[in-house]
Amino acid sequence: MIAAQDRKLALWNIGVAYIAFLIGTLCGLLQVFIRNDALQLPSWLDYYQILTAHGVLLALIFTTYFIFGFFITGMSKSLGSFGPKVRLYSWLGFWVTTLGTIMATVMIVSGEASVLYTFYAPLKASGWYYVGLALFVVGTWISSFALVGHYLVWRKKHKGQLSPLFAFMTITTIILWIIACLGVVATVLFQYIPWAFGWVDTINVELSRSLFWYFGHPLVYFWLLPAYMAWYVIVPKLISTKVFSDSLARLSFVLFILFSIPVGFHHQLTEPGISNFWKFLQVVLTFMVIIPSLMTAFSMFATFEISGRKKGAKGLFGWFTKLPWKDVRFTSIFVAMAFFIPGGAGGIINASFQLNEIVHNTLWIVGHFHITVGTPVAMTFMGLTFWLIPYLTGRKFSKAMQKLGFVQIITWTIGMLLMSTSQHILGLLGAPRRTAYSNYNNHPSALEWFDGILTNHVTMAIGGSILFLSAMILIYIVVMSLFLSPKAVRAEDFVEFPMAESDVQNTPKFLENWWIWIGIAFVLIIIAYAIPLTGMIHHAPPGSEGFKTW
Amino acid sequence: MHFHKYEKIWLVFGLVSLILFLSIVGVSAFSHGHTPSGGMDTIDPKKVNETAPFDKPGVTQLDDDTYQVAIVALAFGYNAPELKVPAGKEIIFKVTSTDVVHSFTIDNTKVNMMVVPGQITTKSYTFDKPGKYLILCNEYCGAGHHLMSTEIEVY
Repeated sequence: MIAAQDRKLALWNIGVAYIAFLIGTLCGLLQVFIRNDALQLPSWLDYYQILTAHGVLLALIFTTYFIFGFFITGMSKSLGSFGPKVRLYSWLGFWVTTLGTIMATVMIVSGEASVLYTFYAPLKASGWYYVGLALFVVGTWISSFALVGHYLVWRKKHKGQLSPLFAFMTITTIILWIIACLGVVATVLFQYIPWAFGWVDTINVELSRSLFWYFGHPLVYFWLLPAYMAWYVIVPKLISTKVFSDSLARLSFVLFILFSIPVGFHHQLTEPGISNFWKFLQVVLTFMVIIPSLMTAFSMFATFEISGRKKGAKGLFGWFTKLPWKDVRFTSIFVAMAFFIPGGAGGIINASFQLNEIVHNTLWIVGHFHITVGTPVAMTFMGLTFWLIPYLTGRKFSKAMQKLGFVQIITWTIGMLLMSTSQHILGLLGAPRRTAYSNYNNHPSALEWFDGILTNHVTMAIGGSILFLSAMILIYIVVMSLFLSPKAVRAEDFVEFPMAESDVQNTPKFLENWWIWIGIAFVLIIIAYAIPLTGMIHHAPPGSEGFKTW
Repeated sequence: MHFHKYEKIWLVFGLVSLILFLSIVGVSAFSHGHTPSGGMDTIDPKKVNETAPFDKPGVTQLDDDTYQVAIVALAFGYNAPELKVPAGKEIIFKVTSTDVVHSFTIDNTKVNMMVVPGQITTKSYTFDKPGKYLILCNEYCGAGHHLMSTEIEVY
């Protein structure tokens, strides 16, 4: 077990994550019923408020807090207990992040910030909403620097050694996060806050959008990389084998630093103000991220096969039956990986330049992120939650809880299959995303969208309801593991942190020379962004005043 | 760094498909003109109604085979009287906004344009089939976002 104070820190982070999860999924449930006209909201509450809360609470708050809870536990486990300074700054980071979260949430609830989590100008929320967002990011930076400090102390004590794989991957994710946030910090501090408080009259809209998406795409890799860490480092242990290749795991992670950032324009393919040349260049860079993804897929299946064959599997696919399907920690993550196959393929479609016109801002996109962040990432986090909280609280994870865990992941899988399939098809038919109930004056094509077996309102509502049920089962498991399950007393009742061995003998040292990767990342960012952003500033049209259209 | 033989095959296969995909997308975009909507023209968002072509929104015939359609998007509708265009002719859509970000999206077509205040979005499209097409906004623009729509008739 790791030090008690580090456990407390991790548990507080995970606790906030699940409070956000509870409210966020409830918002999701309300949305499906408003969308099919089965629910009328009271006059003081509006669909877009709920939609903003759903997006912010699940995509930003749940993910970020859970990720830090996971990182803190794993860093303390792999590098040793935190020193007093690391602990102090981790707490400071936690409280600053939480203050930002509370400010932003209050603004959303009071109807001062129905701008969705993308907060596109010139929709103008209360200035305090943007201050809340800024504090959120600054808080995560403080927490990040605390972990980097812990890592540097370890490096100093172990000169010339490669760090453990978990620590290496944590630092990669943090570097990615800090470089990515530069964009959103720049636009919030220098554009939104002065404009929202009325210190300047207008805002450069296209520049703010581009800076947002400079951040917005690597944000999805900030969610994904911790899930990949579980796949690379936790899964091999669960199937009693080692990491397939330490050097390839590290290489694929540093490739994510390089290729996840200079690609934001692929979210802006159908908009003016960016020339086709720069859009296409970033499309090419976007596709480069497929390389580390293919490496990851290979490593996973190699690990599965090696493990299966060690257990006596025969034939080409015999290893498949030897996987520990009765272990919810494994099965949950396996399902998460399976969802990422169509999820990743959908991503390639979305980023394919002119093909984007077919799907841009349709429900297809909503379907897409529910089978990327909403399942591969979220279900990996669920699979971690099952053992991570009992590990931290020293409570048992009983057979009954394991069964409940299976019910939870099976319901999540069914609910998500129904809802996301329906959303993908609706999107291809042309139904827009981010809309309350609308039949467009009974226009025949709008009525046609919702006519199919899979695309009618009932299917989506059933899917959404099953998902909510699943979320509540998870909340039950979380509350039990936090406060109520019996304490482990006998050695075999304690839940372990399954961290696989990784053989660093053949791993070249340059992989851990961060300056190389940070340097190349900035070169790529400058190539992809310097000229188009300069153009947006120099050839800017008169700026926009703010609008409150809700 | 050691790459397993099968991993080399797998990655080469991946890289080749990547190059193939990107070449198809690139050639189709730049030598056949299949680029997504966009454009680099700017406009003062406060003077849209005085600036051509948005001072007279709607359909204008440019020559025998080309029509221009100018649209002003605003919360929560489109300022574009009587949209009627012929099938089989090139239609050039030009759209801008007087307030927040919107979209100009024609259902059952490839016209899906982001509309950003201060910028003019352009898209050229040829309708194959006559009919009444639903136009809607698919970028969140406020409380009435889901009501923002109109229609274009193709004859």
